[in-house]
Amino acid sequence: MLSMILKRMLAAAPSLVGVIIVTFLLTRALPGDPAAYFAGPAATQEAIEQIRVKLGLDKPLYLQFIRYVADLAHGDLGDSLTTGQPVAQELKSRLPASAELTLLGLIVSMAIAVPLGILAATRPNSLIDHCCRVIATAGVSLPVFFTGLLLVYVFYYLLGWAPAPLGRLDVFFSPPPQITGFYLIDSALAGDGELFLASLKQLILPALTLGIFALAPIARMTRASMLAALSSDFVRTARASGLTPFTVTVTYAFRNAMLPVVTTLGMVFSFLLGANVLVEKVFAWPGIGSFAVEALIASDFAPLQGFVLTMAVMYVALNLLIDILYGVIDPRVRIEA
Amino acid sequence: MTNVALTSEPRVSESGLIAALRHARYVLRDNAVTGFAFALFLLIVLAAVLGPAIVPHDPLASDTAAALKPPSWGHWFGTDQLGRDVLSRVVVATRLDFLIALTSVALVFLLGGLAGVAAGFFGGWTDRVVGRIADTIMAFPLFVLAMGIVAALGNTVQNIVLATAIVNFPLYARVARAESNILRNAGFVHAARLCGNGELRILLAQVLPNIMPIMVVQMSLTMGYAILNAAGLSFIGLGVRPPTPEWGIMVAEGAAFMVSGEWWIAFFPGAALMLAVFCFNLLGDGLRDIVDPRRRT
Amino acid sequence: MTQAVPLLEVSNLTVEFSTRRGAVRAVAHVDLGIGKGETVGIVGESGSGKSVTSYAVMRILDRAGHIKEGAVHFTGVDLVAASEEQMRNLRGREMSMIFQNPRAALNPIRKIGHQIEDVLRQHSQVNSAALADKAVEMLEQVRIARPRERYHAYPFELSGGMCQRVVIALALACRPRLLIADEPTTGLDVTTQKAVMDLVVELTRQHGMSTILITHDLGLAATYCDRVVVMERGRVVESAPSQAIFTAPAHPYTRRLMRATPRPGITLRDLLPEDASAAARTTAQVNALELGSRLVDNSPDSPRDGRACPGHPRLDRGTTDVDARNKSGHDGTEFDSPIVKNTPPPNLQQSAGAPLLLVEKLVKEYPRRGVPGTLRKAFRRGPAPQPETFRAVDGVSFAVNRGESVGLVGESGCGKSTISSMVMRLIEKTDGSIMFGDEDIGEIPPKKFARLPMRKRIQMVFQDPTDSLNPRFTAARAIADPILRLGEVRGRSAVRGRSAVRARCEELARQVGLPLELLDRFPHQLSGGQKARVGIARAIALGPDLVILDEPTAALDVSVQALVLNLLQELKDSLGMSYLFVSHDLNVVRLLCDRVIVMQAGRIVEQGATEEVLHAPRAQYTRDLLAAIPNPRFEQRM
Repeated sequence: MLSMILKRMLAAAPSLVGVIIVTFLLTRALPGDPAAYFAGPAATQEAIEQIRVKLGLDKPLYLQFIRYVADLAHGDLGDSLTTGQPVAQELKSRLPASAELTLLGLIVSMAIAVPLGILAATRPNSLIDHCCRVIATAGVSLPVFFTGLLLVYVFYYLLGWAPAPLGRLDVFFSPPPQITGFYLIDSALAGDGELFLASLKQLILPALTLGIFALAPIARMTRASMLAALSSDFVRTARASGLTPFTVTVTYAFRNAMLPVVTTLGMVFSFLLGANVLVEKVFAWPGIGSFAVEALIASDFAPLQGFVLTMAVMYVALNLLIDILYGVIDPRVRIEA
Repeated sequence: MTNVALTSEPRVSESGLIAALRHARYVLRDNAVTGFAFALFLLIVLAAVLGPAIVPHDPLASDTAAALKPPSWGHWFGTDQLGRDVLSRVVVATRLDFLIALTSVALVFLLGGLAGVAAGFFGGWTDRVVGRIADTIMAFPLFVLAMGIVAALGNTVQNIVLATAIVNFPLYARVARAESNILRNAGFVHAARLCGNGELRILLAQVLPNIMPIMVVQMSLTMGYAILNAAGLSFIGLGVRPPTPEWGIMVAEGAAFMVSGEWWIAFFPGAALMLAVFCFNLLGDGLRDIVDPRRRT
Repeated sequence: MTQAVPLLEVSNLTVEFSTRRGAVRAVAHVDLGIGKGETVGIVGESGSGKSVTSYAVMRILDRAGHIKEGAVHFTGVDLVAASEEQMRNLRGREMSMIFQNPRAALNPIRKIGHQIEDVLRQHSQVNSAALADKAVEMLEQVRIARPRERYHAYPFELSGGMCQRVVIALALACRPRLLIADEPTTGLDVTTQKAVMDLVVELTRQHGMSTILITHDLGLAATYCDRVVVMERGRVVESAPSQAIFTAPAHPYTRRLMRATPRPGITLRDLLPEDASAAARTTAQVNALELGSRLVDNSPDSPRDGRACPGHPRLDRGTTDVDARNKSGHDGTEFDSPIVKNTPPPNLQQSAGAPLLLVEKLVKEYPRRGVPGTLRKAFRRGPAPQPETFRAVDGVSFAVNRGESVGLVGESGCGKSTISSMVMRLIEKTDGSIMFGDEDIGEIPPKKFARLPMRKRIQMVFQDPTDSLNPRFTAARAIADPILRLGEVRGRSAVRGRSAVRARCEELARQVGLPLELLDRFPHQLSGGQKARVGIARAIALGPDLVILDEPTAALDVSVQALVLNLLQELKDSLGMSYLFVSHDLNVVRLLCDRVIVMQAGRIVEQGATEEVLHAPRAQYTRDLLAAIPNPRFEQRM
């Protein structure tokens, strides 16, 4: 088992290296003058030159790369023009907001999609099956920002059930004492029920938006792989041995069907992290996505670079976890015979 | 499970094309949904081609007196904050979005498709290089990478096309690679070698025609992603600039008004987006059924 | 042997499948009875409905299938009317089934011990503490070594034969009264096949179980079963004790099947139906078209497609066939009988001078596992447990003379396919020499060899006729491929060039007995036998000196195999080719080959004249192989 985990980690290393190189190239390979980008649109020629020396942009490329990696090792991602603060600090303080949202969205989607897919596969051509297929095809077609806006319109404007999309908490509340940065967990830990509910209320719509977005690919894959498992030879053997439908569906079909679904999760995360940015814009969520979008608008370059890098590193780590999880579940991978 | 073969057989000997068309018509008749998708596709193409010529109002003409009017007989989709007719803007935007998607998909098909096919067929260094490139791209959340690319290279429509092509490259290359890898060891490929065919000729004349149908299906599905990608980028302000009508930008502009009740400004472009992507996905699924019934989901 | 009240009684069973084109009848009016302790074989070619019958009995038909008519009674219980819950109680406990492809039949991510326990837990009264022990006991019964250890194994860690034993353990765990074995040994090596069948027979006899053995191999059925039921296209055509079936088959179809089964002591000609030796070719049989998916009335006397064929009632009967669409292609209809000559029995042809093909000390090594191997080396503490490379072929030497047919036999993994690939110059050799004529072709890399004129002289017929044809090429285009690439096409202008090629294709089609109108069809529109012929036509298109045949009839039904083998013999004689015939089936090799080479684990164990090696083998392995071939010795049975 340990050797499997180590092997997976080694396999992830080239991806990490690739990410660092690409983000480096993205910023240094800009058309025009990189220094001007970092100095900002309102900078004077003098300021640009200062920045150029400060960031070492006058040195040859390989030296710049070394410096870049060294900076990264120290957690230095540059400074934001608009706030003047180090990018790394901003990202760190905003990360929990995005993480909480994404995780909740994922939980919502899996809680709906997996049972839906299983039911659809075990009852072919039923209403549930058709529902699942429609949701899978339509869900993939919905632009996530559109879903968010529609939800806001229906549940906030028309029905008044949801609060205004103005961030993580209503203005009347102040955030709970920071332990994890997740408001739900922190308020629960602090025993503050009212705060917990308030955070939850703000979370529902954006999490639902993300959930709906991730629902479609997961439901589709679950249904497809359950169908494949149910028509496989070993399920036929299980049926011929007279095992109960529950045993056949759960112990035999489901566990095998989950393998491709776990693999799909990687792709789903890619979509989710991207969709995160859009959802944060719609709901004014103070996460790293909106940080990046604000920076874009202000042509503030360093935060954007830091954002891309952070997202990529998180994604590599997530993929690694999924790989390891897969290795744990599938003995064929675990026991390299 | 059972041994009964359930494939259909034509009565007389037919050439491949006629048989394929007949099968296509059979599937379409059977599957109304695909027919519907195809009709929708034609509608979109029509709107893209004829757009500016058939709209009732000038998409760029602003009329502040008529701003923020809900849908009515004069303006079927209402007017936006500058008094522009939403319907006209939505229809005209079809062309831009469609072109962006089409160009990036064509690019991806050429680059990704050929790279993938070569990687799968020749293996060795080609496979390793293409694999490395694909893996490096896939190491990023795709939309985030697209953001980075457009931000780095400049905020233009061409760069949106390029960014979309780049982020779709791995998926395409992977599908192409998987298919040609399977065929690489197929009996008929070995047989072709025995008949004196060189490797390149086998790739082009024997393997590629067998892969084409899957690639076309994938193209249709990729069109959907491409449109969503482009719209997403425009939504956060990258790529297209106002006042150019484009679905993503229109939704962004209408977002603020959605919260205060003027839903039509963002709704109609969003619905158009959804419809277009839905159409391409349905079409892709339908094509897949025609091409290879074993892959039905 | 048969009790008064049969254990299982099937009467007038009819099973239909609903397809897009309407209802397809897979089984029609089948009657079957099995007594306690009896072993009954159901024999038929593909599409005969033998498997569907048993699925219907177990009520595990596909969703699209249903029992239209008829009754099934098991120990008096009406199975057709039984509820799903009642059936679940019966399945695994009173009646169980084992299938083809044992590894796929086991849950790949569940330990085999746990899988056996699942069945025990469901049906037996064993308390949970004792379940594991009982499971180990079952593994012991099926002769799996170190059962306690193997309890924790996963299916991918076991060989095919061991997996089949586990499946048998699953089926017999609760001592059912009836065991249905659906092609349990297809795909297994002949020695493994014997071991598995012996085990099944022993266990079922021990516990007084009845067994149904479903197979396409008449010899297998006759060897292991008391009674044999022969099915053709959904109907039972004959049902009799094995001895009767084997020594005096009554029904014409059974007779044809018997004749077509390769066995010792006959010639190739004897494989064919009795009146096929008539010289006349009957174009009337050339009706490979399906007139619809409905099974027409199967009575022996109706001319199926309305074309009366006086004087050849047998060949006529084989015509319209639902199953020409099947993967393996049951080929009643498919062919023109090729120009049949009275060829003398295969003689040992003397070589005129140097051998055509001379292989010396040929070696092929594969490295074990690339990067993970390196990583493993880095993590390993002790010395390497296995050698770094795997020798698929370990110093093999043999020769093929002109006009000779040499058989290369061995079980799976012995290296015979690797040798044929190397001789074909499809893969590189590691060491040794391959001399063809007087040229060392072993030194020429595969990519280069494809362009040389010498490519024409060595050709191959592949194992899987479906896989070896490009799905997008018509039969004519496939046959023309070598001509276009390597042949010299006469005629300057494109038109004349094309017509010359077409003329040649037609000539070849005639030679292999492929009806001309099939030339413009695509592979999916052809039956298995027809596809095999296309492959053969393509192989002989340029008049090669040596043709390597890699199990060319393994995927074909036995009656089609008979035709194809005869065709191959004729072509060899009329075109003066040499054959290297790779096979695992000794009986087939006996019929077609002058000399035979026996291989095991990459080495040649024995080689010599066919009659010598197969009658008086010197090597123990050859003796084992011969002993494993099912051979119903009726004079010795009780």
